[in-house]
Amino acid sequence: MIYFDNVTKLYSDHAAVSDVTFGIESGEFLSIVGHSGAGKTSLLRLLLVEDRPTSGAVFFEKTDIHRIKAAHVPEYRRRIGTVFQDFRLFPNKTAYENIAFALEAAGRTDEEIRSDVPQVLELVDLASKALHFPHELSGGEKQRVAIARAIISQPDVLIADEPTGNLDPVNTYDIIQILKKINDMGTTIILTTHNKGIIDALKKRVVTMENGKVIRDDAHGKYIL
Amino acid sequence: MGMFTSTRRIVRAGFINFWRNAVVSLSAIFVMSIALFVVGSTILFSNFLDSTLEEIKNKVDVNVYFNPDAQESDIFLMKRSLEELPEVKSIEYISRDQAIANFKARHSNDYLMTQALDELIDNPLGAILNIKAKDTSQYEAIAKRIKSDQETAGPGGNLIYSVNFSKNKVVIDKLTDITNGVEKVSFAILLVLIAIAIVITFNTIRLAIYVSREEIAIMRLVGANNSFVRGPFIVEGIMYGMVAAIVATALLYPVTHWLRDATQNFYGGVDFFFSYYINHLNQIFAILLVGGVFLGAVSSFLAVRRYLKV
Repeated sequence: MIYFDNVTKLYSDHAAVSDVTFGIESGEFLSIVGHSGAGKTSLLRLLLVEDRPTSGAVFFEKTDIHRIKAAHVPEYRRRIGTVFQDFRLFPNKTAYENIAFALEAAGRTDEEIRSDVPQVLELVDLASKALHFPHELSGGEKQRVAIARAIISQPDVLIADEPTGNLDPVNTYDIIQILKKINDMGTTIILTTHNKGIIDALKKRVVTMENGKVIRDDAHGKYIL
Repeated sequence: MGMFTSTRRIVRAGFINFWRNAVVSLSAIFVMSIALFVVGSTILFSNFLDSTLEEIKNKVDVNVYFNPDAQESDIFLMKRSLEELPEVKSIEYISRDQAIANFKARHSNDYLMTQALDELIDNPLGAILNIKAKDTSQYEAIAKRIKSDQETAGPGGNLIYSVNFSKNKVVIDKLTDITNGVEKVSFAILLVLIAIAIVITFNTIRLAIYVSREEIAIMRLVGANNSFVRGPFIVEGIMYGMVAAIVATALLYPVTHWLRDATQNFYGGVDFFFSYYINHLNQIFAILLVGGVFLGAVSSFLAVRRYLKV
C-alpha cells in the first residue's frame, strides 16, 4: 500500500534519510524506532508531502505522491490521519470543533458531522468533554481529541509520531489501546516511539532506523538499539 | 463540497476566530482605526484646503473703472465682448448709482465723508465692471484684452478710467503659485499618508496571522485546501476593516467638533470641518469602509499566502 523506493533526503549535505526501501501492507501496525535524529520524522514528512525526496520515490497505492499536483495534495492528505507528540490541536476550537474541522474541510454534510463527531468522541471516551477547549484538557485527553480528529474521516493510514512522548504511563497505555482498536477496525497504523515498553508489548512489525538508514526490519520486533 | 456550504463554514469560522482571538482582533482593529482615521483626516483637510483656496480665488477679480461720462450702452457692448472670452467666468456690472450707494454704505460711519458727498450735485463715480476669471492664471490674458479694447476704442471712446489689474498683478501671480503648490503638496501628503496606512495595516495583519501560522500548518495537515484555510482569515480581515471604519468615522466626530470651537475665531466664524463632516458623513464612512474592507481582505490574502506553499 505504501512503498518507499530508494528514498534519500538531504538537508544541505546531511542525509536525514538515506537510501530507504521498504513497503507497508494495508492493515499493518508498523512501528519505526530509532534515536532522535535517526530519520523517523523526516521519513513521515516525506509520506505527508510536507517535503520532497532528494532522490527516490514514495508510492501510495500506485501513485507517486510527490507527483500529485499541489491542488490535489489536500485530498491525498485526507486519506492519512496524523497524531503528534505536541497534539497540534486548534487552541481556539473546542474538542468537538477540532474534530468537526476535519469533516468540514473534507466537505462532508452537516448531518454527517452531527452524527459522526459524537460517535468518535465516544470511541475515545471524551463525550463529556466535547465543549472543552484544549487548555482545559489534560495531556492524555488532548491526545485522544487529536486521535479522534485523525480518524474521523476514516483515513486509510494513521500516522502517530511519538504520540505518547508527553504522556504519563497510564495515558500512554490508553493511547496505545486506542491505536490497537483503530488498527483492529482495519486502519493501517505507522507509529514512531522511543518507548521500549510499548514496542515490546505490541509484538508487531518494527523497522529500526539509524543515521537515516533502515538497519533492521523485524516482523515481530523488539526494541533493540 | 457545495459553494454555499463551504462559504457558510468559512464565514462562520471567520466570525468565531474573530471573537475568540479577541486580543489579536482588538489590536489589529486599533491599528487599522488609526490608519483609517489618518486617511479620513487627510480627506477632510484636503477638502478644507480646496474650499479655502476656492474662496481666496473668488476674492480675486479685475475691476474696470469707467469714466463717469461713459455711455451705458458702450459699457454693455464691452461687457458682451468680454463675456465671449473663454477665460471669463462672470462679469458683474455695477452702475454709477450702485457705485455711489456702495461707497456711501462703506463710509456710513464717516461723518465728514457723508457730509462731503451730500455737498456734491453730480455723482463723481463711474460705472464698474467686476470680472472674474475661471483660473487665477488667466487674469493676465483678460487684462491684455481690455487694454487692446481700450486702445482701439476709437474717437468717442475714452471710456476706461483705470484697470486695477496691474496693481494686483503681483498678488495674483503669487496666489497662483501658492495655489498650485499647495494643491500639489497636499496631494503628495495624501498619497504618502495612504501608503503609510496601507503598510501599517498590512504589517499588523501579517503579525496577526503569524500568530496563527501553526494552526495554518495543522489545517493543511488535516487536509484543508488552500481556500478553506485562507477564507476565515480573509473574513477576519474584512471584519477588522469594517469595525475600524466605524471607529475611525466615529472618532472624527469629537475631533471635528473640537476643531470647530478651536478655529471659530480664526476663520471669521466659518466652521468648515464639523459641517463638512456632518454633511458628508455617508461619503466619508463609505470611503473608509470600502478602503478598510479592501485593505483587510487583501492584507489577509497576501499574509496567509506565504504559509500555504507546499
